[in-house]
Amino acid sequence: MNFFQIISEIEKVDPEVYDRLDSRRSVFKHMSGLGQKMTAAVLPLAVGAIFNKVYAQTPVGAGVNDVLNFALKLEYLESYFYNARTTVTGLSAVNSAALALIATDEANHVTFLRGVLGTNAITAPATTGVFDYTAKGTFPTALTSAATYLAIAQSFEDTGVRAYKGAAPLVMSNKTVLTAALNIHSVEARHASHIRAMRRGGVNSSNPSQGVAVAPYSGPTGAPKSWVSGTDNGGAVPGVTDAIYGAGNNTNAVSGITYAAEDNINQGGVALSGTTITAGASFPSSAFSEAFDEGLDVGTVAKIANLFSVSGNYFG
Amino acid sequence: MSTTPNSDLLVQEPRVEQPLYTPIKRRSFFMYAGATAGATALVLAGCSKSDSSPGLVNVGSSDAGVLNYAYALEQLEAAFYTQVRMGSYYTGSTITTAEKNILDDLYHHEVIHRDFFKAAITAANATPIKSLTPNFSSVDFSSRTSVLGTAKAFEDLGVAAYNGAGQYITSSTYLYIAGKIVSVEARHAAIIRDLVSEGTFVGNDILTITSASNSSVTTNNAPANSSLERAMSPSEVVAIANNFLADGSKLDVSGLR
Repeated sequence: MNFFQIISEIEKVDPEVYDRLDSRRSVFKHMSGLGQKMTAAVLPLAVGAIFNKVYAQTPVGAGVNDVLNFALKLEYLESYFYNARTTVTGLSAVNSAALALIATDEANHVTFLRGVLGTNAITAPATTGVFDYTAKGTFPTALTSAATYLAIAQSFEDTGVRAYKGAAPLVMSNKTVLTAALNIHSVEARHASHIRAMRRGGVNSSNPSQGVAVAPYSGPTGAPKSWVSGTDNGGAVPGVTDAIYGAGNNTNAVSGITYAAEDNINQGGVALSGTTITAGASFPSSAFSEAFDEGLDVGTVAKIANLFSVSGNYFG
Repeated sequence: MSTTPNSDLLVQEPRVEQPLYTPIKRRSFFMYAGATAGATALVLAGCSKSDSSPGLVNVGSSDAGVLNYAYALEQLEAAFYTQVRMGSYYTGSTITTAEKNILDDLYHHEVIHRDFFKAAITAANATPIKSLTPNFSSVDFSSRTSVLGTAKAFEDLGVAAYNGAGQYITSSTYLYIAGKIVSVEARHAAIIRDLVSEGTFVGNDILTITSASNSSVTTNNAPANSSLERAMSPSEVVAIANNFLADGSKLDVSGLR
């Protein structure tokens, strides 16, 4: 093939191709690793590599990959956390078994997302030195106390649900990726529901599903519902976890999307209440916000997740 | 109400073809919200999309079709929990506080979902399907096992349905709304499954843990060892849901693709 003929052909549809190619070095330097000798058989792969690099920065395909890699980072945060559960004491056997199930799921999510991303996947973070589950000392007993561990677990899962939900509209142009994202999103919601049940039933309970929720649902030893009620009064650790149930940042949100706080009752332009939903005239007011979870923007999710980043900015 | 296809409905342009992203007309929403069930049924009776196979309720197509599909499933769930609260498992002495609280919340949430969709479809200048007649003859509302087992089936089905329907939605607004509801259904499903059997909030029957999924729609599927929820196509969902709907209320989802 005529390599420069290829570039000329591309220039017809992309006049800026020469600007995209690194102008500071010979384009052949991008083929480092292949050595100076290139056979005809090798050249097409090398050509492809150059243009993948060049076009990786353009919005369309990279947007989806960026979202998937962000999700992958969150899955690593969770996966390593659940892998570290063995030092936690005070859990019933039933609760330990549940955490093992969740650990399997999160590891599977990591594997799956890496598979979808292929060579575009981020490098796996090191298992030490990247995440700090004590959040720089905020939770000294993060990996030893069952109550603290589950408080963090609930925080991670509820955050994950909001993150995937906020991300879905960003990947809807790709039906396969969208459906996969939805199919992970609902699993995180199941995890969240069960972790809440474990906290509600008591860390040492053998029948966590029989726990009774007690308002205000918040606090390290709180007894939340399996769904978010209002803002859950700040969540498992009020003062630290409030942002997980608060409003996000709507700047740059996709049209029609608002990252509201979890006590939101405005859905589809209508304030839901016993007045606007007459069949619900006698319902507790909390039902109207419980019935809907809210999404969260990447930036706000990153801010929350970075609490557990040693560098403070692993999540961007 | 006659189920014979109405030739007027067959020829008129479905209103769903119009852009759906219109602001809600507050007055018309309150009109529907304030109407009695009977009056609403009367108003909507002439609008059912029964122009497919006679006796089937066609949810339509495009985004309005997906909203009506969701509305249908929420109708089924709301009707189920309404019946549950009248049955002797719920009203009797063996139900625990936790179980009662959970079933109450599920009833509240599903009624809210149901009526939200009815209003949203109307606000989108589309026609909600009629009020469906359920068939719960297979359910024993005096039995904890039967009630929770059916609840589990409905909640898991609902999640699989929403997950499989997302790909047919063209508006980011509606996709986001569906997303807001499906995670609540998944939270429901998890605790109901735990009530049936502790620790079964996830399992290979609903997630691709030890085996791959096999929906007829390829985009729904994931490999073994991925722990993705098993999404279902609309036709796979209604094959199950129609078992709980009376003749004349069974769904036709052929327009969703």
